[in-house]
Amino acid sequence: MTPLLSIRDLTIDFRTDRQNFRALDGLSLDVAPGRTLALVGESGSGKSVTAQAILRILPRSATITAGRILFAEPEQPGTVREITALPADGPQMRELRGGRIAMIFQEPMTCLSPLHTIGDQVGEALRVHTGASRADADAQTRDALARVGFPDPERALHTYPFELSGGLRQRAMIAMALIMRPALLVADEPTTALDVTTQAQILALLGRLQAETGMSILLITHDLGVVANMAHDVAVLYRGRLVEAGSREDVLRRPGHPYLRALIKAVPRFDMAPGERLTPITPARVTIPQRPPPVLRPGPILSVAGVSKVFALRSAKASGEAGLIRAVTDVSLAVKAGQTLGLVGESGSGKTTLSKMVMRAVVPSAGRILFDAGAGPRNVHALSGADLFAYRRAVQFVFQDPYSSLDPRMTVGELLGEPMRIHGIPKRERQQRTRDLMAMVGLDPGGLSRYPHAFSGGQRQRIGIARALALEPRVLLLDEPVSALDVSVQAQILNLLKDLQAALGLTYLIVSHNLAVIDYMADTISVMCRGRIVEAAPKATLFRNPAHPYTRALLAAVPDPSLDHPLDFAAVSGEHSDPTAWPEPFRLTAAESGAMREIEAGHEVRMGGTEALRAA
Amino acid sequence: MQEAGRRHFVDTAPFDPATGPAHGHDAATDTASAWRLIARKFLRHRLAVASLIILAAMYATIPVVEFLAPYEQNKRHGDMLYAPPQAVHLFHEGAFRGPFVYPYRAHFDLESFQRSYIADTSAPQPLRFLCRGEPYHYFGLIAGDRHLLCPPEGGSLFLLGTDKLGRDLLSRIIYGARISLVIGLAGVAISFVLGLFFGGIAGYFGGLTDAAVQRLIEIVRSVPELPLWLALSAALPPNWSPLAIFFGITLILGLLDWPGLARAVRSKLLALREEDFVAAAELMGASPRHVIQRHLIPNFMSHLIASATLAIPTMILGETALSFLGLGLRPPVTSWGVLLNEAQNLAAVQLYPWLLLPTVPVLVTVLAYNFLGDGLRDAADPYH
Repeated sequence: MTPLLSIRDLTIDFRTDRQNFRALDGLSLDVAPGRTLALVGESGSGKSVTAQAILRILPRSATITAGRILFAEPEQPGTVREITALPADGPQMRELRGGRIAMIFQEPMTCLSPLHTIGDQVGEALRVHTGASRADADAQTRDALARVGFPDPERALHTYPFELSGGLRQRAMIAMALIMRPALLVADEPTTALDVTTQAQILALLGRLQAETGMSILLITHDLGVVANMAHDVAVLYRGRLVEAGSREDVLRRPGHPYLRALIKAVPRFDMAPGERLTPITPARVTIPQRPPPVLRPGPILSVAGVSKVFALRSAKASGEAGLIRAVTDVSLAVKAGQTLGLVGESGSGKTTLSKMVMRAVVPSAGRILFDAGAGPRNVHALSGADLFAYRRAVQFVFQDPYSSLDPRMTVGELLGEPMRIHGIPKRERQQRTRDLMAMVGLDPGGLSRYPHAFSGGQRQRIGIARALALEPRVLLLDEPVSALDVSVQAQILNLLKDLQAALGLTYLIVSHNLAVIDYMADTISVMCRGRIVEAAPKATLFRNPAHPYTRALLAAVPDPSLDHPLDFAAVSGEHSDPTAWPEPFRLTAAESGAMREIEAGHEVRMGGTEALRAA
Repeated sequence: MQEAGRRHFVDTAPFDPATGPAHGHDAATDTASAWRLIARKFLRHRLAVASLIILAAMYATIPVVEFLAPYEQNKRHGDMLYAPPQAVHLFHEGAFRGPFVYPYRAHFDLESFQRSYIADTSAPQPLRFLCRGEPYHYFGLIAGDRHLLCPPEGGSLFLLGTDKLGRDLLSRIIYGARISLVIGLAGVAISFVLGLFFGGIAGYFGGLTDAAVQRLIEIVRSVPELPLWLALSAALPPNWSPLAIFFGITLILGLLDWPGLARAVRSKLLALREEDFVAAAELMGASPRHVIQRHLIPNFMSHLIASATLAIPTMILGETALSFLGLGLRPPVTSWGVLLNEAQNLAAVQLYPWLLLPTVPVLVTVLAYNFLGDGLRDAADPYH
């Protein structure tokens, strides 16, 4: 069988006024008809450049220096179009784009025009390519929307993108891409911006559509779990070079290249033995100064007691109740000193609002946040003056985005010294401490005179962690500390955090949507959904015996990089974050918030009012 | 070949993850501060660099106009009214003579009442360089009489012609640059301070303050500019000294131009406040003063300078327009606008088109500022 798409010795160079850069170096691969080829790589590996080259939408600074891209016309056997030889904006290329080859992007919101209805945008390709009439296009669009799983396709025709959830927007994008029934779908990180349960649904949808239409998919991803569940064939890119390619079985079961072998070992998995450490591709050599272990008090160092946060929408302030958003409802947590509490939830679950309330960046509507510095618990939001200053020193925050969290106009030395400067530590001591901090996070103290732009994402995150440690805090709040980083760097950062915790007796509150990361880091885990904690348990208990339907759905939706644990797509097709749809006894009506019940030692689950009444 | 996708391919090239990612940075870039990066990025914008050089050259003339101009700005030549530009020649009757001019002979046609000038090509008059000419006082203090270029002995040198009083236009343009170029900078300095203040309080405090400043900006912006200028400059007492009028006009231009800068400051502040590094400083316990001084100002200053540069042409054009209408600066002060004021008469323009030449430096300055501002704006954020 001839491949649908062949890439031969493709070399792409980027020319900027500062430097020339080879993004792809002699890439050769084939996409067979009806199969999915997963193109795996980290940032800078050249995987997105490949996609852009196939559609000839490369940025102006890029040139195809060598190689060919061949596309075998599926309708006319024997006709092979040489994509690299066509003018990028010519009529033939336009006919291929959207007609025979379609693409879906990572960010569904920015790819849809906010001014046009879904119906308009999905039908546009049809009208452009076939000149179909309005009514005709609408009818076909309706079918397409139904196929991608819109509950009410007729209504969807007339809705605008802002009315849709992220998952539905990505479905609309897929409908748009598939309306011309392309032979090849290029999907560039199609689920990276989505929650795990939504990701599983979109992956299931792509699989189903492929079975129905027989199209090929070039799936670009960095997530080995997605690869294991979706790909027929796998190609691994590393810094612009193809390092390994073959069938999924071959590549994932018998990885041959040291990079891929290391990558597989660097991803946190659920079946890791207790105490097993991840092996980063490049381990950080850290030197943590020995300190006498801090005296840990038995009680919780940080606790959240019945905290709620209600935001009033400005537009609805006058009309009352209708404009209220309950971001966090009656949340209680407790973290013991020296331990890690993991807070898991999907976007909109309220986990970020909660962490902001702990940092005093948002004032809770009800409830208290208590911090025990050694002299008994005190309400954080009642602190002022010197006490507040001391709290700022004891509780530090590590940001998600290592790019925006470091001021680009300060050297690393200034960045690390800033918290100490604010807290009045003398200059001599500051200089010594910044050196120690660099060594603690495994960076060369020679980097102190450099600016953040000289560092990679992982190194920047280490600088962020070093800055948080500058004032010798007791508690670190980690907000998605690795989600902006490449997989190979994630392991390095997670191990660093573990080592620092062990050496310095730190307490962590880690917030993440990534269950595997939480599993690797946390001692106890709380699962948040729609502003409420629905399940809380020690790590081992939660993953062995998840009780709440939402937790179960989350766990079932995480794609595992091992071929032995395929996703059960059937289990994630429903709506899991809607409390009114949960089965008894977990169901919550709109008005009630239920109550946490202990089902085994330390394992609490939220149950609906009916059950609570019966138990009482 | 068809099995290429199925065969298990493993690259055999050596793999060394320790060699850092292809960052492509050199040590100098790694330790380069933001201002160095901005300068580097700016220097790659050729048009902007050329504009900067032109502007620098123009501003460099300001302290030495007396030396550069062949004549004093108010020196009248009663017998040379409306003389057309005189050409500079190098060859006389096939022989190289160095730069020289032919003397003008005025001829008055008594029938058409028109004055005409005929170059006497028999008597070349060589130009003199770095010569002693009319005496002047640098800044009104230091006496001097050297000129870069002097008219020939007993002859005249009107490279751009003369006006109705027989004053040399080139000299007047050189003198006029002093006022016209400075007024742009001075006006922007005023609107910079106002914009920084209003934009700063709107962006930093937000809420009611922000709303109030926004409404104020909208009111200022919605007043038709030209009539307001006219009204304000008409309100300047006519018995003020030319210097006071100059400051008055500058103030008027500055007072009306700050809204654009205030908006730029405000929006940049709002964007910066969302950055994590500002939140990080606040969570460290930093005071608002620390946040503003260490994080906000350094990060928006480059953007602000770019915006201010783009505002200077408006000032220069404003002064030119006001003076052209006779409501800005008044003689004996000379600015490009004042010079153009003489070109108001259509008949005069038809007969003596060189009176329009002061538009050329205005055009060059405004274009140069616009290119410079573009280059600065592109370079203001060196991390993209």
